[in-house]
Amino acid sequence: MNTNRRQALKATGAVSLLTLVAAAGWLEPGDAAAAEGWNKGAFETHSMDETMKALGGGAPVPSSDIAFFSTPDIAENGAVVPIGITSKVAQTESIAILIEKNPNMLAAVFDIPPGTDASLSTRIKMGQTSNVYALVKANGKYYVTSKEIKVTLGGCGG
Amino acid sequence: MADPMKIRANLVGDSTEVKVLMSHEMETGQRKDSDGKTIPAWFIQRVKVTHNDKVVLAAQWGPAVSKNPFVSFKFKGGAKGDKVTITWVDNHDDTRTDEATIA
Repeated sequence: MNTNRRQALKATGAVSLLTLVAAAGWLEPGDAAAAEGWNKGAFETHSMDETMKALGGGAPVPSSDIAFFSTPDIAENGAVVPIGITSKVAQTESIAILIEKNPNMLAAVFDIPPGTDASLSTRIKMGQTSNVYALVKANGKYYVTSKEIKVTLGGCGG
Repeated sequence: MADPMKIRANLVGDSTEVKVLMSHEMETGQRKDSDGKTIPAWFIQRVKVTHNDKVVLAAQWGPAVSKNPFVSFKFKGGAKGDKVTITWVDNHDDTRTDEATIA
């Protein structure tokens, strides 16, 4: 592939994603260039406290307005665990999935722009039976609910 | 490069439901090969979904998202024939963009 085109494509992609991520509040404007749109520190944490620090938030408030759907109590295959999360918290800006006993706790963060339902589903890997947290950011504050998912065959590759 | 994403975008009432299946190893960096060497991490880090140039979903992922990532979500609006575009970028700075038409 032509190197110039590849660089141009990369630059375009990086700038638009950065703008989005900065606007969504995951990055301070000064961090944008350094972090390149992916919050490395947040994906290397091992506890809720560490994760919240990396995300720049305080301790999340437990909320019954966040619910799991289509999420098993027992995962047959830890490599592919379906997780569905719906947030009825007003002005939900983002939904994150944290898996307590995974090598790194934060699995994914989804930014929800206005007009998009605060409800999504995906599939994640779990190394072992663990609490799974649905962390919602709404109006600058954090809310959380959790569910234990039992895993019979771990999915992190150990 | 990677195989194309399978994207379905369907109008349900006044919302568009998007389901996407991406093709990616999502290697965690935890596994070892048969020689005992760690297989390096290789995973999608950023995802962006747009409709009519408006971002309808953005995501940051770690390697705990399952291999061949699947995501399903809904956004208000959309009309039959509109395009939904999805882009991912991985930790090797490889990227892939695919689009689908709302049915």
